[in-house]
Amino acid sequence: MLEALGYPFFQRALLAGLLVALLSGLASPFVVQRRLSFLGDGLAHAAFAGVALGLFLREEPFWFALPFTFFVALAITWVKERSGLSEDTAIGVFFALSVALGAVFLAKARGYVGDAMGYLFGSLLAVGPSDLLAVGAMVLLGLALLPLWGPLAYATLDRELALADRVPVVFHDYLLSGFLAVSLVLSVKVVGVLLVAAFLVIPGATARLLARTFAQMTLLSLLLALFSTLGGLFLSLLLDWPSGASVVLFQALLFGLALLKTGFSGEK
Amino acid sequence: MTALEVRRLSVRFGEFRALEEVQFSVPEGAFVAIVGPNGAGKSTLLKAVLGLVPYQGEVLVYGLPAGKADPFWFGYVPQIKTFDRSFPALALELVVTGLRRRWPFRLSPKEKEAALAALAQVGASELAYRPLGRLSGGQLQRVYLARALIRRPRILLLDEPATGVDRVGEEDLYRYLEAYQKASGATVLMITHDWEAAHHATHVLVLNRRVVGFGPPERALSEECLRQAFGHVGHAHGLFVEGGRA
Ligand SMILES: Nc1ncnc2c1ncn2[C@@H]1O[C@H](COP(=O)(O)OP(=O)(O)O)[C@@H](O)[C@H]1O
Ligand SMILES: [Mg+2]
Repeated sequence: MLEALGYPFFQRALLAGLLVALLSGLASPFVVQRRLSFLGDGLAHAAFAGVALGLFLREEPFWFALPFTFFVALAITWVKERSGLSEDTAIGVFFALSVALGAVFLAKARGYVGDAMGYLFGSLLAVGPSDLLAVGAMVLLGLALLPLWGPLAYATLDRELALADRVPVVFHDYLLSGFLAVSLVLSVKVVGVLLVAAFLVIPGATARLLARTFAQMTLLSLLLALFSTLGGLFLSLLLDWPSGASVVLFQALLFGLALLKTGFSGEK
Repeated sequence: MTALEVRRLSVRFGEFRALEEVQFSVPEGAFVAIVGPNGAGKSTLLKAVLGLVPYQGEVLVYGLPAGKADPFWFGYVPQIKTFDRSFPALALELVVTGLRRRWPFRLSPKEKEAALAALAQVGASELAYRPLGRLSGGQLQRVYLARALIRRPRILLLDEPATGVDRVGEEDLYRYLEAYQKASGATVLMITHDWEAAHHATHVLVLNRRVVGFGPPERALSEECLRQAFGHVGHAHGLFVEGGRA
């Protein structure tokens, strides 16, 4: 199995997978504590619409998915902040809009549906050198945003206290949404549209079961995301399973083990 | 010196007027008890001072517009603890946010020491390493108070801090506040339904959307004032219509 490490495509997939895991592992505790898992799903479907538009125009889908998803993320946040509608309502609207647009584009892009499958479930083979570069750049940006961990966590615990302390909470909401959107689109190649939201939810959920502090939760989430990607990708190679599905199954397995360990006691 | 100057402060939520033309001024070192019926706008007043609700009028803190004042000047204990109970946090960490204005990734030994001292100050040492989401109402009050005190604020804004605290704890609470005030010369604004406590204040603000009375307890807590503030509770609708026409 280790000879797999010699194949450039697998090296690329592994590296891209680990970088994506770094991004999603970092974001996941915020997604879990801010109850944004539905946002992950909504953005995944926005990415789908972007991909479909790219396929329809016969251009690289990534360059359509990225701005479209980013825009939808900001729009959802805007609607939530401005209209007093709850976040899940705002997401529900954009979710439906995205799927409808995606369906229209795909219908018009007939003949390219095979490519669409790759985007729906993710594919190791799909990761090219330019994708790797994009993910690497995003990880650097993620590192630049690390100082926001403290204020973001503060507002996650108690928005009013953070506001009273003049943390720019609303601006940070937009930054987080934008960051989630970009991370998610970058993950699509490896994980696929259908499962990409799991990346943003399961590592944080598992970490939540085991951690006593938010710092512990963040570190655990990172470790779990990295470990699942490693395990999942080797599993995928070994059994010839779709890569995204393998990683998510691995994540779910760890979640199940954590659940057993805490004995459903609700402790922690 | 004037610690807090409120001039013609009005707050609206849509069409609803929560506060109208509220005006008063608090000298440094005063202990102000704010009393009034439910829905009188007491919590809203503190939130306006902190910039948590949009308002018309002026709020000056030591001569500066409240929005320009150093956030570390304010120690706030909110009435409703809106925090996420599922957030994995220790009481000690919340106290440290009083020093940092951000969530701590790890605590420096100095911060830990300061936070433990602040918790000890409010008789809550044993809560330091307990999960925040598991604390009772009264325990939370103490932890939030420790968080407010640790930054050594110039102005303490306390929204019904005794609610949920047991009888002994309540007496403790007033003793801590008095001790802190004596040591620091800070100004305290405390919303309370305990008229006994209000009688011990230097000033009492009787509020019912407008200032009904402001002054030393014996004057502000006069029967006339209280009847005006609380007597109208049954006619809140009438009041609202009157406000709507004004
Ligand atoms: N965010 C808000 N939106 C709409 N109405 C509000 C809001 N906050 C408070 N109110 C209303 O303003 C009035 C005063 O509330 P509050 O200041 O909490 O009263 P209290 O004196 O009991 O603390 C109440 O009628 C309340 O319903
Ligand atoms: Mg109140």
